Amino acid sequence: MSLAARWRDSALVVAAILALWQAINLVGGDNLMTSPLATVQHAADMVGQARFWPHLRETVTAYLAALAIAVFGGIGFGVLLGAHRLTGEVAEPIFVALYSIPKVTLYPVILLAFGLGIQAKIAFGALHGIIPIVIFSLNAVRQVNRTWLRTARTMSLTPMQTVRHVIIPATVPEIFSGLRVGAALTLLGTMLGELFASQRGLGFLLMTAIDLHDVKTIMAIALLITLFSVAMNAAMLALDRRLHARF
Amino acid sequence: MSAAGWIRLLVVALMVGGLEIACRAGALPATAIIAPSEMVRAMIEVLASGEIATDIQLTFTAVAIAAALAISGGFVLGFLIHLSPRVRAALDPLLAAYYAIPHVAFYPLLIVVFGLGIGPLIVLATAFGIVAMIIATLTGLDRVPRVLTRTARVHRLSPLQEMTLVRLPAAMPHLLSGLKLALSYAFIGVIAGEFILSTAGVGHAIAYAYDNFDNRRMYGLIVFVIGFMVVVNMLVLVWERRMAQRRGAR
Repeated sequence: MSLAARWRDSALVVAAILALWQAINLVGGDNLMTSPLATVQHAADMVGQARFWPHLRETVTAYLAALAIAVFGGIGFGVLLGAHRLTGEVAEPIFVALYSIPKVTLYPVILLAFGLGIQAKIAFGALHGIIPIVIFSLNAVRQVNRTWLRTARTMSLTPMQTVRHVIIPATVPEIFSGLRVGAALTLLGTMLGELFASQRGLGFLLMTAIDLHDVKTIMAIALLITLFSVAMNAAMLALDRRLHARF
Repeated sequence: MSAAGWIRLLVVALMVGGLEIACRAGALPATAIIAPSEMVRAMIEVLASGEIATDIQLTFTAVAIAAALAISGGFVLGFLIHLSPRVRAALDPLLAAYYAIPHVAFYPLLIVVFGLGIGPLIVLATAFGIVAMIIATLTGLDRVPRVLTRTARVHRLSPLQEMTLVRLPAAMPHLLSGLKLALSYAFIGVIAGEFILSTAGVGHAIAYAYDNFDNRRMYGLIVFVIGFMVVVNMLVLVWERRMAQRRGAR
């Protein structure tokens, strides 16, 4: 399918979502859902206010710190565990099991360990993100074709050269796919942390808005977070596809 | 069990044992974490007392309804989307971005729309799980080997027969993994919703115990929830293996 057709179809989907949103507003009124236009206006208003920025900064700081831990920790653990066949076999099912448990139940444990504040959010975000990154990296390293490694030895490449010319090209696309999933889950974890027992951040604003029944603010924050995550996901997905095509 | 399986069991046992010893020896403060044996005892006490029977019933009703809706709805929607490549191409970016959206941002909105109670939980958990099932259905139907559909044509199967006798059985492994994901997402959705914005249910009971500094009860409930999910996953895994064996034997 041509690029133009794909853009047109995507535009149709966005239009359909907006139309549905507007229709709900027309039927249910502003107390149920504010209209798309009013939501965008309110979001712009909020971003323009000085008191909004400390909350945004808190969320962004927590998210970036959690992401850094998840990315470096995840790739590090994944590559180490995957490099040895038996450890990979032992570790993978454990991480897969961890992936499917409702981690939100562990938030009180994190709070007890890290105290109230930004550390708990960072730890919780990192906990969500690190697991898929470990799983993807582990499998990426495990599935490097043995023949390629033997070929590298035959050509007597140094370990550095093997890493540079064989291992990195073979594992990067898969690891990057893990990063994409991990980045999304880190955001989810950070937001979850902010919704529960938090005094600052976008999640805290959401909870305050619920208490005040401030639908406009709820919608505006949900919109901002959604736009951010969709944009980031689209960029990473595009890069992901190019990596998979290139290597 | 394979050697790796035994080592895995040993690793997990060592970790739990290490935690037990660290807690018993007082290396970790009792205000933060209690020994695993205490957690299990607390779980048994809480379950036996019957105090949370209504919460458990509520949570599992919500999970059952949401999982059923997500699995059946996701399968039907995935099937319909698969029929039309145009719709498919248009929805692809949406499906790819879906799990990047932190759904928790929409909890408050659901409360506003559906009120407190089981309604928003079911909607949330269904919405969280359904897309995994849609994606699994699409992948499963995509990856039916060409040779199978050709054989179906050679045997002059009607479209309906081709679907029920060839395509669906061939897509089964993907459908099963979609089912597994949808089930655990529905569970996570309900527990997370209860945890943050509900006045009943197991998730709420955990948050309530935390608020009251009742660590024993809290850890007991956490172990119950996580243990339940692990058991369910293992059962599905066994079922999956059995299906795979049957396919291999055929």
